[in-house]
Amino acid sequence: MSAHAEALHGGDHHGPPAANQSSRIAPTILGMFLFIGTEAMLFGSFFAAYFFVRVVNPDAPSSWPPAPYEFPQFVAGINTAILVTSSFTMHWALQSIKRNNRRGLQAGLVLTILMGTAFLLTQFIEYAHIGFNTGDGAFASVFFGLTGLHGAHVLVGLLLLTFAANRAFRGHYSPEHHHGVELPGIYWHFVDVMWIVVYVTVYLL
Amino acid sequence: MGGACAARLYLRIMHGVYRGAFVQNPFKNEDAAFRFVLGTIAYFALIVVASLIATWLAFIVFLVLSVAALMMLRGGRALPPPREHVERVAVEDTWRVLVIANETLRGHGLRAEILRMADGVAEDVLVVCPALNSKVRTWTSDEDGAREAAAARLQAALEALQGAGLRVRGEIGDGDPLQALEDALRSFSADAIIISTHPVGASNWLERGVVEAARSRFDVPVTHVVGDSATDDLLADPGHTPPRNRPSL
Repeated sequence: MSAHAEALHGGDHHGPPAANQSSRIAPTILGMFLFIGTEAMLFGSFFAAYFFVRVVNPDAPSSWPPAPYEFPQFVAGINTAILVTSSFTMHWALQSIKRNNRRGLQAGLVLTILMGTAFLLTQFIEYAHIGFNTGDGAFASVFFGLTGLHGAHVLVGLLLLTFAANRAFRGHYSPEHHHGVELPGIYWHFVDVMWIVVYVTVYLL
Repeated sequence: MGGACAARLYLRIMHGVYRGAFVQNPFKNEDAAFRFVLGTIAYFALIVVASLIATWLAFIVFLVLSVAALMMLRGGRALPPPREHVERVAVEDTWRVLVIANETLRGHGLRAEILRMADGVAEDVLVVCPALNSKVRTWTSDEDGAREAAAARLQAALEALQGAGLRVRGEIGDGDPLQALEDALRSFSADAIIISTHPVGASNWLERGVVEAARSRFDVPVTHVVGDSATDDLLADPGHTPPRNRPSL
């Protein structure tokens, strides 16, 4: 190989050259945009159904949910506090590994998983004691649909965090390489944001 | 009417998202996502507090905060794209120039500039003709007409420039001139870039600041040539301008 060709191709480079990227947006960012777009549309369709049912309800807005049912605001509020706190522990976990604090990463992930599990268990208990079921009206259907959709996202988030925690305890992450924690973290924050929207619009307003 | 407005808004947003320039991505990394969580908490907390006071107040707070949030998210629009480093491939006595032009492709000014700058060296000229298209047609992948028109302009220009004794080849590029330059530079290590446009006031590219953007974006000297389409017919006739004495390659 001539010196010129070697300079072009790199002396120790193996494998194909970097892909020719015609877009100005990085693939990871574009992927996240597309993901958020699909999630926003999914949740948006459920919110549209919820608001439609709420608006056409003859007793709305003075009476919501329809009498004699009530949403457990206090329990859901506690659950909201748990989930919001889990975002802080998730952030702490990421900050820890960036500072090469592996114990902090592991503790942060475990705490996040525990709080996420507590959120899901509390939601199941709430379902069991809420006093209505999906057959009790459209409002009940959309309530379970919306909160259940979010619960499914929490479950997926917990699975991702479990994978990340497993790798964290095996020592896979470093201050330079922690993509496997960062992506579940972004997803977890997204799930948290969606719950805040669900809680405020369904339970409070 | 409303549908057309919504379609235009959608196209603008998607174009901006595609270019990565319309809004800041609140989930671009974990730090940004965590800040977005905090912002969401503050946003809804203020709305809930206002709703406890009065419904109309909650509505006003909702509107004000929503506008503020949108303005904050659009704050990333001013960020310039990173500067592109162009790998130089040293070939002795060869001057590699990347030319981009549209309607002024066959202009006398462009040809004269290439001849002037290539004087005394063997030139290797790549001409890129962007396939200009409307946004609607671009987003619906209806580009056949634009590419055919660009191919016709390019072919005519190549014949004219080759007739003038220049070693030149060409390709059709992206409708965005900056993108077309970037795409071409990935496979053509240019020593210089020439952008040919209409004069100020008649050039859409100048209106959009394409020349300045190219200078700040690419690590290559950029020359701006004001095209003179009035001489197109002269250049189209190779017999009008005698071929120069080509240096040996």
